[in-house]
Amino acid sequence: MDQTAFFFEILFPALMQGLIVTLQLIACSAPFGLALGVAIAVGRQYGHPVISWLCKTYVFFIKGTPLLLLLFILYFGLPSIGITFTAFVASVLGFILCNSAYNAEYIRGGLISIKEGQMVAAQALGMTRWQAIRSVVLPQALRRAIPGLSNEFIYLIKYSSLAYMLTVIELAGAGKQVATKYFLYTESFAAVAVVYLVLVSITTVAVNILEKRVVVPGTVRANPSAQL
Amino acid sequence: MNDNDIVLRVEDIHKSFGGTEVLRGVSFDVHCGETKVFIGPSGTGKSTLLRCINQLTPPDRGQVWLDGEEVTNSGARINYFRQKIGMVFQNFFLFDHLTALKNVELALLKVKGMGKAEAHEKALTELRQVGLEEWADHYPAELSGGQAQRVSIARALAMDPDVILFDEPTSALDPELTREVLEVMKKLARNGMTMLVVTHEMGFACSVANEVLFMENGVVAEQGSPDLLLHDPQFTRMKDFIGRIDSRMDD
Repeated sequence: MDQTAFFFEILFPALMQGLIVTLQLIACSAPFGLALGVAIAVGRQYGHPVISWLCKTYVFFIKGTPLLLLLFILYFGLPSIGITFTAFVASVLGFILCNSAYNAEYIRGGLISIKEGQMVAAQALGMTRWQAIRSVVLPQALRRAIPGLSNEFIYLIKYSSLAYMLTVIELAGAGKQVATKYFLYTESFAAVAVVYLVLVSITTVAVNILEKRVVVPGTVRANPSAQL
Repeated sequence: MNDNDIVLRVEDIHKSFGGTEVLRGVSFDVHCGETKVFIGPSGTGKSTLLRCINQLTPPDRGQVWLDGEEVTNSGARINYFRQKIGMVFQNFFLFDHLTALKNVELALLKVKGMGKAEAHEKALTELRQVGLEEWADHYPAELSGGQAQRVSIARALAMDPDVILFDEPTSALDPELTREVLEVMKKLARNGMTMLVVTHEMGFACSVANEVLFMENGVVAEQGSPDLLLHDPQFTRMKDFIGRIDSRMDD
C-alpha cells in the first residue's frame, strides 16, 4: 500500500472519527468547566467562610493531583463503591473537575482586580451583594480572565487525549491505533499533531475575535511596540 | 422649619476603626429640601459619617432614621433604604463596563424592577438633567472626570431618592471640571433636593448651604448658617480652619 492510499483511505478517516469524539469531549466539558469555575471563584471570594474554605480545598486537591489519577479514580475506582460511569462520562467528569479548578483561579484573579468601589457603588444603589456580583463585578472580572481562560481551554483540547487511557478512542487514540496496526508511527502521530495544531489555532483566532467584541471602549491599552 | 418635614434624623453616631474613634457622637436633623454642608480637616470622620447614614459602614452606636423609619439595624430592608438615600462618591465609581446610559439604568432594572423601555426613558431624562444626554452611549473611560461625576449624580437621581449624600464630589477634579459639577449640584439644591455634602468648596457652601456643620475630631464643633459661622465672632474654629486653607493658597 502506498503512502497516499494509507493517508487518505486509512489514517484520515480514522482521525476524523477520533476528532469527532475529541470535539464531543470538549463540548461536554468546557461549558460546565466554565460555569463551575465561576461558581467556585465567586464562592471562594464572596461566600460564607465555610463555602470559601470548601472552594479553596477543592482547588487545592484538583490542582495538586494529576488529571490522569483523577480519571483512573472516576473510571476504575468508583465502581468499587457502586458508582459506574461509561468511559466517555468518566472522562468528561474528570475534565470538568480539572478545568473548573484552574478556571476558578483565573476568574478569582479577575475578581480581585476589580476595585472595591464598584461593589460599594452598586450596594449604595440598593443592590444586594449577589446582584452587584452578577451585574457589576463578574462581567468586568470575566473580561480580564479571558486570556487565562483561553489558555485553560487550549489545555483542555490537549488533555482531552487522556481519555484514551480510559479506552475512549478520541483523536490521539485513533492515531495510536492506526500507528500500531500499520507500523507507521511517525506519519500517524505527525498527522495527529497537525490536527491538534489546527484546533488550537482556531481557538486562538476565536479568542482574539471574542476579546475584540467584548472590549470596553476607552480601556484598550495600545501595545507600545505596535505603535512603532 | 417645623419637625414634621424632617427627612433624615441622625442620632449620636459613634464609629471606631481599630482603636481610633473616628466619630464620637454626631447628631443632626435634615429637613426636606435642605442642603447641609460638612466642612473640616481631613480625618475628622466626614466621609465615615455619610457612609454610616446608608450603612455602607455600620456605626458602632447611634441611630439613623429616614422618614420616621429606622435605617440602622434594618437587616435586609437596608436595600430599600439605600434606594432612597442616593450617594455620590469622590472617585465616581461608575460601572466601568457599562455606558453612561446603562450605568443609570442598571439599578432601575435590577432594584426597582422597572421595564426596559421605562428604565431607558428614565435614564435618558436623568442624563438630560445633568446635561449629558448626547453622551449616553459613551463608556466611563471616554468621559472627563466632570462628565463622569455628572453621570454618577444622574445615577443617584434616577432612584428618586429622598436625600443624596455627596462625599467630596469635586475633590478629584480640576477647577474647571469642579465648576461644571457644582453647577449641577446648585441646580439640584434650587429644585428642592435634600442634600448632604462633604466638601472643601467654601464658595459652594456659602452660596448653597442652609446650614454648615464644621466637624473636628469626630464631633460637630460648630453648626449654623454659613453667614453666621463666617461672621459671628462667637464662632472661631471654622474661621481658623478656612484661614489655614487661605494662607496655604497664598504660598
